[in-house]
Amino acid sequence: MTASVSIKRGVSLYCFQEEYFHKRKSLEDLLATCARLDVRGIEIIGDQMIRGYPNIPDDFVKHWHGWMDKYGLTPVCLDMFLDWNKFKGRVMTQDERVESIRRDIVNARKLGCGVIRVIHDIEPEILERLAGDAERHKVTLALEVHAPSDLDSPLEQRLIALYESLKCPYLGFTIDLGIYCKRLPRVVSARYLRDGMAPRIAEFLTNSYDHGQLSAVDKKGEDNEKMVENILKLGGREQDIYLAFMGTHMCNSNPRRLLDFMPHIKHVHAKFYEMLSDATEYSIDYNEILPVLVEGGYAGYLCSEYEGNRWIDDAIEVDATEQVRLQQVQLKKLLGQAA
Amino acid sequence: MYDQFMIVGDAFKNVVEDGQVVGFQIGARLPYYRGIVLSLIGDTDLFVDGERMPRETMTVTVDGKTYPLSQLENEPDVKWEFGDVGILTARMPGGLAAGDHTLQLKMHLKISYVPVGFSGSDTKTLTLTA
Repeated sequence: MTASVSIKRGVSLYCFQEEYFHKRKSLEDLLATCARLDVRGIEIIGDQMIRGYPNIPDDFVKHWHGWMDKYGLTPVCLDMFLDWNKFKGRVMTQDERVESIRRDIVNARKLGCGVIRVIHDIEPEILERLAGDAERHKVTLALEVHAPSDLDSPLEQRLIALYESLKCPYLGFTIDLGIYCKRLPRVVSARYLRDGMAPRIAEFLTNSYDHGQLSAVDKKGEDNEKMVENILKLGGREQDIYLAFMGTHMCNSNPRRLLDFMPHIKHVHAKFYEMLSDATEYSIDYNEILPVLVEGGYAGYLCSEYEGNRWIDDAIEVDATEQVRLQQVQLKKLLGQAA
Repeated sequence: MYDQFMIVGDAFKNVVEDGQVVGFQIGARLPYYRGIVLSLIGDTDLFVDGERMPRETMTVTVDGKTYPLSQLENEPDVKWEFGDVGILTARMPGGLAAGDHTLQLKMHLKISYVPVGFSGSDTKTLTLTA
């Protein structure tokens, strides 16, 4: 790979959530950590680290931009949610949903983020209604393609049809690289055992996942039923079924399928569960995925998103800083950037 | 997620009003990775030494304001922020006896983007000092 690679590296502050949860580090401390790791693009979940979100105090905005200057960082992406069931006894109307995301767009602009990671449960009609707002504020709405869905799933296919008819450059996808997960993360199976799952069930889940029997997106309904049936047959507890659903929802799609949809890929979550000491990921093959993004001419951000944290936090202290550092070493190497 | 951090022992004590012990309280955190409005908090059960506290006797206090546990669905704007410790109070004349108690807190959060929402459960044995 050569200097023509224009992919930029970033990090979602989601990675560092434990330190924030335990109030060991403030938002500013975390931003200082990002700078120290030489990862300059910042993604933030409004509901996680901005108190009062979606009402962002003016003071916060001032501090935010001050920190960006002080640490040499760039705001990249705001992650939104739509709690469409928050009102008693009813779901939000379409107007209310549009209004809620309109507010996120204004918030992203205030924070200087050019992209919003749109949560998966948003209907295409809503994005269509927001295309004008997105364009006016120069904020791209990038719906997250996240396991167990991939680009060939029904919603994604409807969105691709919409994107191709609207030709609005401010609508597209965030790709979560957890859709290219080749084997079950071992941090997941190890946690299963610590949570009292019988070894034969953990082994069944690992083997089934690794052989593509839990991750076939197009027939996941059938696979899920079979999974529950098998867990019960192996003497599993109700808790084992919950753990199985929480831990095996990644999938193993073909990254080359990205090449068919490159104009719609606006943002990427570099998902990882466990970085090994040789700076490779245990279950996601970045050596295979990154060249595809380069070949496709992707020019956006690749933001680290660490999700092994929640599978190890019962046993050891989460060291997200070291995990992100290792992933960034790998990303730099694969992007041909100096270490 | 964050299950083992749900019950916060520091706040565990009997609650005294006008010289009378009227109940007890514990500190609590949500088993989730972002702050949410109170109306998304679903079934919440607190067991003390195996006995379930009736929900209608319980309140939640966040940011200094107190809400009946059975009325949280009426609060679509008040947020319980990520990592913040709220206070769960159970009305119970006389409160709990001094000594060790095993507490279990189970919570279900009605997070709409996943079909079953998120659940958490934490069990801790804590000592109540007289």
